[in-house]
Amino acid sequence: MSEVPKDLSYTKTHEWIDYDGDGTCTVGITDYAQSSLGDLVFVELPEAGTKVGAGDAVAVVESVKAASDIYAPLDGEIAEINEQLEDSPELVNEDPFGEGWLFKMNVSDPDSVEKLLDADAYEGIVEEEED
Amino acid sequence: MAKRTPLYEAHVADGAKLVDFAGWEMPIDYGSQIAEHKAVRESVGMFDVSHMAVVDISGAAAREFLRWLLANDVAKIDDAGRALYTCMLNTRGGVIDDLIVYHLSSDLYRIVVNAATTEKDLAWIKSQARDYDVAIDHRQDMAIIAVQGPRGRDMAAELLDEAFRQAALQLKPFQVAVENDRSVGRTGYTGEDGFELVLPAEEAVTAWKSLRDKGVAPIGLGARDTLRLEAGLNLYGQDMDEERTPLESGLAWTVAFKPEERDFVGRAALEHLRAEGVGQKLVGLVLEGRGVMRHETAVRAADSDVEEEHAEGEITSGSYAPTLSRSIALARVPVDWEDSVEVCLRGKWQPARIVRYPFVRNGKSRIDD
Repeated sequence: MSEVPKDLSYTKTHEWIDYDGDGTCTVGITDYAQSSLGDLVFVELPEAGTKVGAGDAVAVVESVKAASDIYAPLDGEIAEINEQLEDSPELVNEDPFGEGWLFKMNVSDPDSVEKLLDADAYEGIVEEEED
Repeated sequence: MAKRTPLYEAHVADGAKLVDFAGWEMPIDYGSQIAEHKAVRESVGMFDVSHMAVVDISGAAAREFLRWLLANDVAKIDDAGRALYTCMLNTRGGVIDDLIVYHLSSDLYRIVVNAATTEKDLAWIKSQARDYDVAIDHRQDMAIIAVQGPRGRDMAAELLDEAFRQAALQLKPFQVAVENDRSVGRTGYTGEDGFELVLPAEEAVTAWKSLRDKGVAPIGLGARDTLRLEAGLNLYGQDMDEERTPLESGLAWTVAFKPEERDFVGRAALEHLRAEGVGQKLVGLVLEGRGVMRHETAVRAADSDVEEEHAEGEITSGSYAPTLSRSIALARVPVDWEDSVEVCLRGKWQPARIVRYPFVRNGKSRIDD
């Protein structure tokens, strides 16, 4: 069973979002996503300063098995990327909700965070996919 | 209903992620494919390959029959106790399957064929055997465990009784020892030393658990694929198939055209192709930058600007190579291509280099940086 922390928000495309209440959020992929992908070997991240729209493909995570797009969960601008992943993509497998975070972004409309999935709703999606 | 090997329960107990492979429910990994890959390169790992089929071919005409059936020549292994890698061709020279044939005793040969092609192979072998006095026995009562890696032979040998163990430890590469129907071949599909054990299905669980207790890691089909790719070993259905001959699949070395007087299935077609000139070859590729080449990725000449759908080359097997920390591939390209090419990864053309393979042998890279 994969881990779904209660205090995070989620997308149906398996990103997690940690909103700090002050206009910035941290984004990563969920435990379920990293486990389905298998060992990650490359992570390609956007440049800080890139303007992004919700649903835009902004990053790529590539495992031994497959490459997968990562989508911006909200409108905004990339503020910071996790540069450790360039040399250590396995951090995403080892600690998807911690050391394996992908990027931080400044959110254009803080109210839009409310539209993301909560942990219970996301767990429902995972259960459906696991069947 | 998916088929299961005798070791299915052991895989589940080890936390295997199971997938359908040619109708068999098989472990793809037990957690980390890369960790499993490295275990085999650096130490030892074991594979359940019981989904592959063991077929015993016996009788006074067995040798003569196999000289007709197989593109390599079993006359090379007339001394019992030797093994040979070969293709089995159709009359057009296309590859029906690739296999290892083990010469167990004077009139007894054992072949191990791919799971996905087992039914097709058996039908073909029987159809070709009509005029020969041979018995063909699909040994569904047998299991296969491959123990591979620098420590593979020592670990596997501990399973055997004293006389059998001594015989096994004296084997040279591509030799086989046999005792009471069980065979131990110094063969494998990883580029490492090791044994492949064929044993009665009811003994498989005990053998597996005993190896497990000695610390031998179970290895899934995912790592099996990256290990064989680094070792430059073809995978049936990707790097060769019925539409391609061994000459276009990097396997010309396995076709025994000599002696001239030996006819074999596909010989006439291969000679015709040889005289006409082969148009394509299989090459090794190393990706220069980041990313992963994969099965069916398009390949074009470095100075070309053709679109992806018109590219003349194609990756037959591609992956990330854990030993090299970069992507490698086998690709089928026009015979005159050398050195530099481009591969289309997610819509972008990226530089790659043609190299001689194997990429890795006995744990060491054979590719220049």
